[in-house]
Amino acid sequence: MKSSDDSWTEIIKPKRGWLDINIQEIWRYRDLIILFVRRDFVSIYKQTILGPLWLFIQPLFTTFIFYFVFNQIAKISTEGVDPILFYLSGITLWNYFSDCFSKTSNTFVANASIFGKVYFPRLTTPISIVISNLIKLGIQVVLFVIIAFYQVTFNHASININSTILLLPVLILLMAIMGLGMGILFSALTTKYRDLSFLLTFGIQLLMYATPIIYPLSFTTGKLHQLLSYNPITPIIENFRYSFFGIGTFDVGGLIYSTIFSISVLFIGILFFNKVENKFMDTV
Amino acid sequence: MQVIKVENLFKQYQLGQVSTGTISHDLNRWFHKIRGKEDPYEIITGENAREEKGTSNYVWALKDINFDVKQGEVLGIIGRNGAGKSTLLKILSKVTAPTKGTIKIRGRIASLLEVGTGFHPELTGRENIFLNGAILGMSKSEIRSKFDEIVAFSGVEKYIDTPVKRYSSGMYVRLAFAVAAHLEPEILIVDEVLAVGDAEFQKKCLGKMKDVSNQGRTVIFVSHNLVAVKSLCKRGILMERGGITFMGSADETVEHYMKVNAEQLNPSISFESPTDAPGNELIKIKTVSVEPTNPFITDEISIHFSFWNFSNDPSIFLAFDLFDLHEEVVFGSGFKFETGPDNICQGTCVIPADLMNDGVYSIQLYFNSSEMRPLINLSSVISFEIADKERNYAYFGKINGAVRPKLKWIP
Repeated sequence: MKSSDDSWTEIIKPKRGWLDINIQEIWRYRDLIILFVRRDFVSIYKQTILGPLWLFIQPLFTTFIFYFVFNQIAKISTEGVDPILFYLSGITLWNYFSDCFSKTSNTFVANASIFGKVYFPRLTTPISIVISNLIKLGIQVVLFVIIAFYQVTFNHASININSTILLLPVLILLMAIMGLGMGILFSALTTKYRDLSFLLTFGIQLLMYATPIIYPLSFTTGKLHQLLSYNPITPIIENFRYSFFGIGTFDVGGLIYSTIFSISVLFIGILFFNKVENKFMDTV
Repeated sequence: MQVIKVENLFKQYQLGQVSTGTISHDLNRWFHKIRGKEDPYEIITGENAREEKGTSNYVWALKDINFDVKQGEVLGIIGRNGAGKSTLLKILSKVTAPTKGTIKIRGRIASLLEVGTGFHPELTGRENIFLNGAILGMSKSEIRSKFDEIVAFSGVEKYIDTPVKRYSSGMYVRLAFAVAAHLEPEILIVDEVLAVGDAEFQKKCLGKMKDVSNQGRTVIFVSHNLVAVKSLCKRGILMERGGITFMGSADETVEHYMKVNAEQLNPSISFESPTDAPGNELIKIKTVSVEPTNPFITDEISIHFSFWNFSNDPSIFLAFDLFDLHEEVVFGSGFKFETGPDNICQGTCVIPADLMNDGVYSIQLYFNSSEMRPLINLSSVISFEIADKERNYAYFGKINGAVRPKLKWIP
């Protein structure tokens, strides 16, 4: 090999361009992503007595709380759907989105000690979070199916599954993309403006109430209804309930809107993340 | 063939509370930028000198660094704390980006700024080998093919399926190093953090570095440990205050560094007349000096004393304590001086060769009358460094102890 200028394999420069994204490199580190997923999964439940049972307990508890507060006390309609199933389905899907969002949103701060010592494509960390939460979602979906089966058999709950259920993977993928995109966008911004991380906790909570999790979209009217349909997660939840319970309508327009939103937010997120990636150590 | 080429490299850091005022600074930057002006915070002023308080909130940790490394070369980078060595390593390892300039690299680069990065206490040794290996850039199949070797090297076979939180710290470090040692990059960057740990670990660590360089791979080694640099490296770079001040063979660089250090020490004081000499109305110091000025541990070291005695007592008892850098007294010694012509007393204390450990020492003086009545005490009168010699065995770390006498060993 001659030492001509073009034979350099890598050039370290001060500033990265906005579009200087190395997808190939992330692919090369795919083993690391898998190992991160494994680590997250093994380490979270290793010290607990109930272990992975918490994956079941968490959504069930929330469901019961919602059942008492919103169904028994506030008497909010669930459009004839068994309230337990109604809440559990909403919570299961919502939790996936909010976990992806909140856990990827502190990527830089939480991993500062590793990031400060060794280089690997930083995007591997949020990607691994989205994947490990996907496994968690899978387990919780199984729980949902079991509870649904129980409710149908013993409590005469009615479900109405139709062919649109085949779109479930797409719905989940959209939530993953949206959660990841928003999370990494936030993580990039919080390296400089820490206050944002405090806002995030409130923001996610607020967003949940602005999503038809504890009430059906049809429960709202007028301006509020309009506002809620701007929420890109609304069509995902609504479409799932249509395909499983047969309530509401299948909203193709909403789904296209969600798709465009998800892809755009992921793109913007990656741009910001990439921009911050190589100098955040100085500000963290 | 050059494998690394560093060109006009600069790195700026912001001092103090980073988050305060960043929005206003960002706006100010942006405002300058749209008017086509230079970044107001990038004007080069403050040096990387921590002793002096700069006026600017920004310092240049690296200023105009240029060097290149050829294939198979073992380059040592030395310098005092805060000289910019670690910043340079961080940029080379892609942990942080430079402010200006470029680094061109040919080949796969791996850096060991720390061992065991990403080790998770809940995971077993086996799981951590894979995780740590992947973080360092190895693929799963690469790690699998070296797995047995890594385990054997670490010597923790028995505990490989135990969570590492149950490991002793020694086992933990050994396992972590075993993974790092089996990296096979074309360019290896090693920070001196590796030089901590017990002697056996250091031996393995430095031995492995020798292996790596013998295989024709390139190594950049940052250290305070001059003996290790001299023994392992062919070339050296000396960094001071964010810049390169010397480049040459490792021996020359170390020598230069010691000379620079010695200049900052104060191995002798000398005064012509008693008027401006330190002391009081009874005792004034004329000279205190060390010979040779830059002694090695194998040298006989003489400390010359002379002072003016204006007390009525014809003989003065002078004692000194030799302090090390930790402000601990290594030993004390004293002698009764008789006053000569012009009220001058003089004498020399000889410290035998092969007694002192390497390090920086200072001297505190105690002047007493012949009845041991204290006349004056003077602290840190002179300071000097005793340097280590090259060794012909594989341990290059600091040898423990206040003193390091050469003792008789009988086989």
